[in-house]
Amino acid sequence: MKFFTLVLASLFSIAMQAQECQYSISGVVRDFHDGQVLPNATLSINGYQKYALTDFDGKYVLNGLCEGTYVITITHPECEVADFTIELNGNVKRDFKLEHHTEELNAVTVKGQNTTKGSSSSAAQVLQTEDLEGYSNASLGDALREIPGVSSLNTGSTVVKPVIQGLHSSRVLIINNGTRMEDQEWGVEHAPNLDLNTAANVTVVKGASALRYGGDAVGGVILTESPKAPAKDTLYGKTILSGASNGRGYGITTTLMKAYKNGFYLQGQGTRKRSGDREAPDYVLSNTGVSENDFSVGVGLDKFTYGFDAYYSMYDAEIGILRASHIGNVSDLIRAINSGEPDVIRDFTYDINAPKQDVRHHLAKLSVFKRFEKAGKLTLDYSFQQNNRLEYDIRRGENRDKPSLDLKLTTHTLQSNFAYDARSDFKADFGVEASYQENFPNPETDIRRLIPDYEMYTLGAYATASYDINSSIKIDGGFRYDFNEIDAQKYYLNSSWEDRDYDADFSDLIVERFDNQLLINPVFDYHNFSGTLGGRYQFVNNWDLKLNFSSASRAPNPAELFSDGLHHSAAIIELGDLRIKQEQSYKTSLELNGQTGGFSFGINPYYNQINDFIILEPTGLQYTNRGAFPVYEYSQVDARLFGVDLQAAYYFNDQFDLKTAFAYVNGQDLDRDRPLIDMPAPNVNTTFSFRKAEWNNLNVSLRNQSVFKQTRFPDTDFEVTYINDSGSEVTENVRVSESPEAYSLFNLASSAEFKVLNKSTLTLGLFVDNIFNTAYRDYLNRQRYFADDLGRNFKIQIKLNY
Amino acid sequence: MKNLKISSLLLLALISFSSCSDDEGTPELINEEEVITTVTVTLVPQTGSTVTLTSRDLDGDGPDAPVRTVSGNLQAGMQYSGSIVLQNETVSPAEVINEEIEEEADEHQFFYQVTGGLDAAAVYADEENDYLTNGSTNPVGLSFTMQAGAASTGQFTVTLRHEPNKDAEGVSEGNLSNAGGETDVAQTFDLTIE
Repeated sequence: MKFFTLVLASLFSIAMQAQECQYSISGVVRDFHDGQVLPNATLSINGYQKYALTDFDGKYVLNGLCEGTYVITITHPECEVADFTIELNGNVKRDFKLEHHTEELNAVTVKGQNTTKGSSSSAAQVLQTEDLEGYSNASLGDALREIPGVSSLNTGSTVVKPVIQGLHSSRVLIINNGTRMEDQEWGVEHAPNLDLNTAANVTVVKGASALRYGGDAVGGVILTESPKAPAKDTLYGKTILSGASNGRGYGITTTLMKAYKNGFYLQGQGTRKRSGDREAPDYVLSNTGVSENDFSVGVGLDKFTYGFDAYYSMYDAEIGILRASHIGNVSDLIRAINSGEPDVIRDFTYDINAPKQDVRHHLAKLSVFKRFEKAGKLTLDYSFQQNNRLEYDIRRGENRDKPSLDLKLTTHTLQSNFAYDARSDFKADFGVEASYQENFPNPETDIRRLIPDYEMYTLGAYATASYDINSSIKIDGGFRYDFNEIDAQKYYLNSSWEDRDYDADFSDLIVERFDNQLLINPVFDYHNFSGTLGGRYQFVNNWDLKLNFSSASRAPNPAELFSDGLHHSAAIIELGDLRIKQEQSYKTSLELNGQTGGFSFGINPYYNQINDFIILEPTGLQYTNRGAFPVYEYSQVDARLFGVDLQAAYYFNDQFDLKTAFAYVNGQDLDRDRPLIDMPAPNVNTTFSFRKAEWNNLNVSLRNQSVFKQTRFPDTDFEVTYINDSGSEVTENVRVSESPEAYSLFNLASSAEFKVLNKSTLTLGLFVDNIFNTAYRDYLNRQRYFADDLGRNFKIQIKLNY
Repeated sequence: MKNLKISSLLLLALISFSSCSDDEGTPELINEEEVITTVTVTLVPQTGSTVTLTSRDLDGDGPDAPVRTVSGNLQAGMQYSGSIVLQNETVSPAEVINEEIEEEADEHQFFYQVTGGLDAAAVYADEENDYLTNGSTNPVGLSFTMQAGAASTGQFTVTLRHEPNKDAEGVSEGNLSNAGGETDVAQTFDLTIE
């Protein structure tokens, strides 16, 4: 298990130190048309007694090769035999694509190229199954931090949102098995509602170039792909059992696949995760338990010319929120900041009490495809999603057990894509997408709705294409148009309505006036244009350069437009603005990957100009009988982000390698000429690995994760006068903007494989996170005011493949 | 042809789903029950006129700040018996929140602080056992005694904490320093003793 292996390695070839006849060729064999892996393909080297068979993940390894030129023949029961010449002067990682047997497609094409979901010119990286398995008991956000330039925005350790090159939430689309997740992703405390264990691989596209999936990916796109069924009669599966000392947690996940030679398949997967209170080095983080139950089922028929897939998944999680982070007013916040440790520290328990989140996400999807001769593949998808989010706060009396927030978001999406792939040097995708969404905030909470009732209609159309000018230069481009209409019914307090000066601009929206509130019916339309253009140049073998321009247009989300009132879990008053327009980003990204000898590297600088960037920042204080509350308002500024993601690896020999990745992002508010809030601090991750295939495939790696102090943050501190606990009236500066100190953590990972029974493999993994039990806080953790982050954690993982 | 059939079926499904959404009408108006719009402290002297301190914030968490009124000055040397009433006046008739505090007396405590040179002291005049018959002598603070000293001016602050640490040092004497918990009420009144 290459738990800590950087994804980099899979993206370009790797050569090792010159040693005779020690070289290997490894990689994945995929279907040329849809990129699905091909198990059971035979690779043989002409003239030598060397051959290899691909496994269920399409992977192969050919060992013990000398420097020289080889012809490799690849055969697969359903594909044309392909010969491929490869020059070997080091270890090579090469993916092959095979063409199916078809009358109309005679040409045999084998290519060793990367499979990208965005466009071939965009910066994208993939986490494969073996990387993901290490995070079986964690979340998507945790796993994605493996990728340089991807960090996370946390609420404690249980709510983890991915951040791509400084951007997150509504700016990062999550495409779960082809369907765009509609899981109230606008909220910074709303983690993606999907179980990582459903994915066979996860691709991160750092930018807006994956236009097929949406035009509003100002930050990027995360695509998860479920396992593909092989076209043979087989039944296989895997089970992963995990245990963790911190939180005394356990997890179990099982995947089963039944496939038939005729292309029919059935698959099922289930996960259960449970953890009690986590612990910081010095104290228990009370009320941070998690209970999660997920499952998914799929059935389909996968012929070459037609097929269908039906899929259903359910995600259900109950997530405890640190008790001490639930505060009453700004003086409670000052108390928390000054005390340096949580106000509530109780004994460990598995119980999850308020404050907590209880979320459930259903996704049902039906997809059909038909392949047309000399044209391509037409797919039609319908998906239904329902997301129910309950958030419980500390309440009094009869309302004690009622949620404070109860949102039910229902989304229907119909999309169709035509992939033109009749020519090997020119590919194109055309598609349309329509969706209807309805949000129902349940009034039984007896708390004024944070997000109003609304209906949203979207209609989008796109076209993308890529063209191989020659064997080393490839260009691609595309555009997309989206129409968005939001039709909301929203109550405002009269005082808020007047305070925001809405009467002047929006009095025609008023439907009815009540004693102290009024009802409005805003219907807002947005026209969004997005596009991408880029090229990829492979100037020598294993060296390539990618340049990509992309522009994304994102309509404001319901929180940005409509929030109004106390956000109980954060003790802030959050105000949206009806005047907010869409934001438009213009991103340039350059990526150079290269490899020489045992050294390989990747460098990805980027510049992202975002006009009318929507931000949420503290703007002052509001007074109530409960005391003062900081007011956070959404507003728009012109902003720019630039940064660089770097990665480098050195392979000493078959046993040892060293990999390091560095990410830096610099965000600036151009209107006020000051740093943007909540930008990830520069960070370096370095992993030193040892592996020995002869010793049960033993893998041991030591990883250092160092995060610098974020020195670039806007000063959003504010002053408040209040009577403190000791009874004196004080005026204090509330230090909300200061970033925590730098920190450095060491993690150990190890694994070994054992053959059990007939065809089964058991993988045993042992891990230690935060070996030295270092106390630290992270700038991108919303609970950094209240408590330290996680302390040492011993983990064990048993994986059985059968 | 087959695809066309499937797609039209899907389209039909989509349309029928969208048209049978659960609430076509107007969303229900929510008047929050838990909002404390009005805090009233009543100080009844042994002789003379009662002093009432009120903080009223009818828009709850809205932008308007609470309006504080003090009905008069305290008499030097006078002992007052004090009580506090919390109300939600956004509903009619106004809801008295005291009942909930009484039911959860073990999870709530009022604190009365005197600052800025005001010569006065407040002492608890109730205990949890008055409301819960749980045998606990920890104070709640719905009633208290206030002793006014010499003529002076200063501030009087009323704080209600939810889930304070009632057993921490000084908390049962009305000292907030170790109380913790979350603040449900925090209002400061300017008082004069004459």
